[in-house]
Amino acid sequence: MSQAAGGYYLPEPSKWPIIGSIGLFLMTGGFGLYLMGMSMITMYIGMAVLVYMLFGWFGTVIKESEGGLYNDQVDMSFRMSMGWFIFSEVMFFAAFFGALYYIRVFADPWLGGAGNNLMTHDWLYPEYTSTWPTNGPGNVGGDFQTMGAWGIPAINTLILLTSGATVTWAHWGLKKDNRSQLILGLFLTVALGFLFVGFQAYEYIHAYNDLNLKLTSGVYGSTFYMLTGFHGLHVTIGAIMLLVMLFRSMKGHFTHENHFAFEAAAWYWHFVDVVWLGLFIFVYWLV
Amino acid sequence: MTATTHEEHHDEIPTGIKRWLFTTNHKDIGTMYLWFSFIMLLIGGLFALVIRAELFQPGMQVVDPNFFNMMTTLHGLVMVFGAIMPAFVGLANWQIPLMVGAPDMALPRMNNWSFWILPFAGFMLLAPMFVGGNFASGQGPAFGWTFYEPLSGQYDKLVFFVFAVHLLGFSSIMGSINIIATILNMRAPGMTLMKMPMFVWTWLITAFLLIAVMPVLAGVVTMMLTDKYFGTSFFDAAGGGDPVLFQHVFWFFGHPEVYIMILPAFGVVSEIIPTFARKKLFGYASMVYATASIAFLSFIVWAHHMFTVGMPVAGELYFMYATVLIAVPTGVKVFNWISTMYRGSMTYEIPMLWALCFVILFTIGGFSGLMLGVAPADFQYHDTYFVVAHFHYVLVSGSLFGLFAGVYYWLPKWTGNMYSNGLAQLHFWLSTIAMNLTFFPMHFTGLAGMPRRYADYPLQFTEFNVMSSVGAFMFGFSQLIFLWLVIKTIKGGEKATDRVWEGSHGLEWTIPSPAPYHSFTTAPEVK
Repeated sequence: MSQAAGGYYLPEPSKWPIIGSIGLFLMTGGFGLYLMGMSMITMYIGMAVLVYMLFGWFGTVIKESEGGLYNDQVDMSFRMSMGWFIFSEVMFFAAFFGALYYIRVFADPWLGGAGNNLMTHDWLYPEYTSTWPTNGPGNVGGDFQTMGAWGIPAINTLILLTSGATVTWAHWGLKKDNRSQLILGLFLTVALGFLFVGFQAYEYIHAYNDLNLKLTSGVYGSTFYMLTGFHGLHVTIGAIMLLVMLFRSMKGHFTHENHFAFEAAAWYWHFVDVVWLGLFIFVYWLV
Repeated sequence: MTATTHEEHHDEIPTGIKRWLFTTNHKDIGTMYLWFSFIMLLIGGLFALVIRAELFQPGMQVVDPNFFNMMTTLHGLVMVFGAIMPAFVGLANWQIPLMVGAPDMALPRMNNWSFWILPFAGFMLLAPMFVGGNFASGQGPAFGWTFYEPLSGQYDKLVFFVFAVHLLGFSSIMGSINIIATILNMRAPGMTLMKMPMFVWTWLITAFLLIAVMPVLAGVVTMMLTDKYFGTSFFDAAGGGDPVLFQHVFWFFGHPEVYIMILPAFGVVSEIIPTFARKKLFGYASMVYATASIAFLSFIVWAHHMFTVGMPVAGELYFMYATVLIAVPTGVKVFNWISTMYRGSMTYEIPMLWALCFVILFTIGGFSGLMLGVAPADFQYHDTYFVVAHFHYVLVSGSLFGLFAGVYYWLPKWTGNMYSNGLAQLHFWLSTIAMNLTFFPMHFTGLAGMPRRYADYPLQFTEFNVMSSVGAFMFGFSQLIFLWLVIKTIKGGEKATDRVWEGSHGLEWTIPSPAPYHSFTTAPEVK
């Protein structure tokens, strides 16, 4: 693993990180100001600064990469970093899956009087029986219906699994220098990704309009929307990453042995895929 | 820009503010981390002195209760996230590339970003304190550093707190990814994993812990955010949620977090003791495995912070046994340090004084931790000053003393100058005496039943509180000696040799003092 350090690319001083910090600060602080009742302008400026930084920073990296400045050791640094970054994302989702598990297995039965909570139950909310899905003893958000697993969610599962296959097919194309297979595979993957997001949006509208299932529908609504919402956000990010790879492939970037950016986006895509399987099982199916 | 033009830039050090804003140099970034954390230490220390001034006597005399709560909250948050954690990252930035023979960190630009997020996050955390113009009626967070729901959900400016935590999380995760990539990918030829210095090992494991738990913290503060502003019910029983859920998720982060703050200190001490005992570290392999075991156990003991919350008895028992189990690998480490010193040719230079003090005082903190880990006993100790005494023994005489030990050990390498022994002795003795004067009496006030986080107390606790307050002011002002000493050392002093210490070993001592701006551009060979 440890090779000679000579030739390891060390970048010159760069303005992008500090610009990124300013962007993050304005975006989050601006959102805070908005919640305090002010306008969203600061937040938008922050987002613009962040987008500018992403273009600039990734642009620099792409130029350096295409210029052949990165040797195998640098490539390995990127691989490790992307892997650990995905691990951090897994842990972020784990917090929400953990919350869902805790609510379903412990908190909700306890609200219904299980364990040593019978007295509390009888005194505070004797009418409540433990059940899932639930919006709690307060019937917060009013009665609602849940999203069945075998409609749109099942279609979305197929879409994501298929997109996992198409991205791999694109990778095969890249490895045997078949550019048209690469580009077609990437195009299909990105299209399936956005199709997924479209179905998800349709499902949300349906849930809000017809099922009265909202973010405010007690703890079921909280876990349902936060888990699927953060997943949808990650699908969008992953699709944008793959879209960038598509554009780069069309410009003739990547070689059959040197294309880590593509692989990183593909790893991310598989991660998003696996999270969806967890969602499908624990959020939609096992209701 | 090609590799050749890059070579030509090697000896040129950028100047002015741009050097610090745009830098991709691990030494510059390490220096910024260290200065940032020291400033935060002084700010957090100031908050602590407000607390101790109020508690000097029973009754209310210095601040109003809300301001007092704000001080306890911000003291904790600033010290944990602003002082201790960034300080260790600063040590990592300076030392890991030097100790593994790498030319820099693996991803130098991201390294810059990890640092430069911090001042913005710190600003967002502290700024609400000044809202309204009147300092005393400031609107900073006042719900304790653990920000338990549902109390924290009532805080008016919660969103800024939440985003401050998110930004700190970004910073930590990126910093940790960089550290792991550097350690696993940038080691000099011949330096196998089991030949790495202990400091590098402890940081590798710490970085893993950070990547595993900072996202969980981000998750829990996100739930707080949506509960408050978007109508979710994670922590609201009326909607089927549970405030105790907050505590579970928070402490799933919080317990590994305490090891994040102590493991690198273990590493520092494991470097220093062999140097001044002039013996190899006793039981190197067992040290590595003990560190890894502590890290593993840290994930499965979190609810020992919640014994009194009304868990089922099975939960209490499990978390008690798992917690007490941590004493085994920790004991391995303490005995290894002692065995390293056994029959060594000991000398007592400044870093060794801090390291020795660390071993003794950290062990006291470890023992009080064992007492707290016993569930039935914890029902008595929970949320008393006994807990405060415990975690200050591990955080002040543990983490902070470990940091001081490290700085005194490596400062000559960084600056090229030896520091004044007299001043350093003064700083050490005053700090050690003051630290014990401050925190030892808290064991007694706690066992006698004085609850933490209150601005007032019954008369019977007066004497011990007077002692704590006197000690705290002594401790706080002693740190100014350290500030003076560091500035003096940067400006000049007796020139340090490359090896600096007679018994020192490791790659960082093979390069000149001060360490040149670019080091190990060609990797050294490790046999």
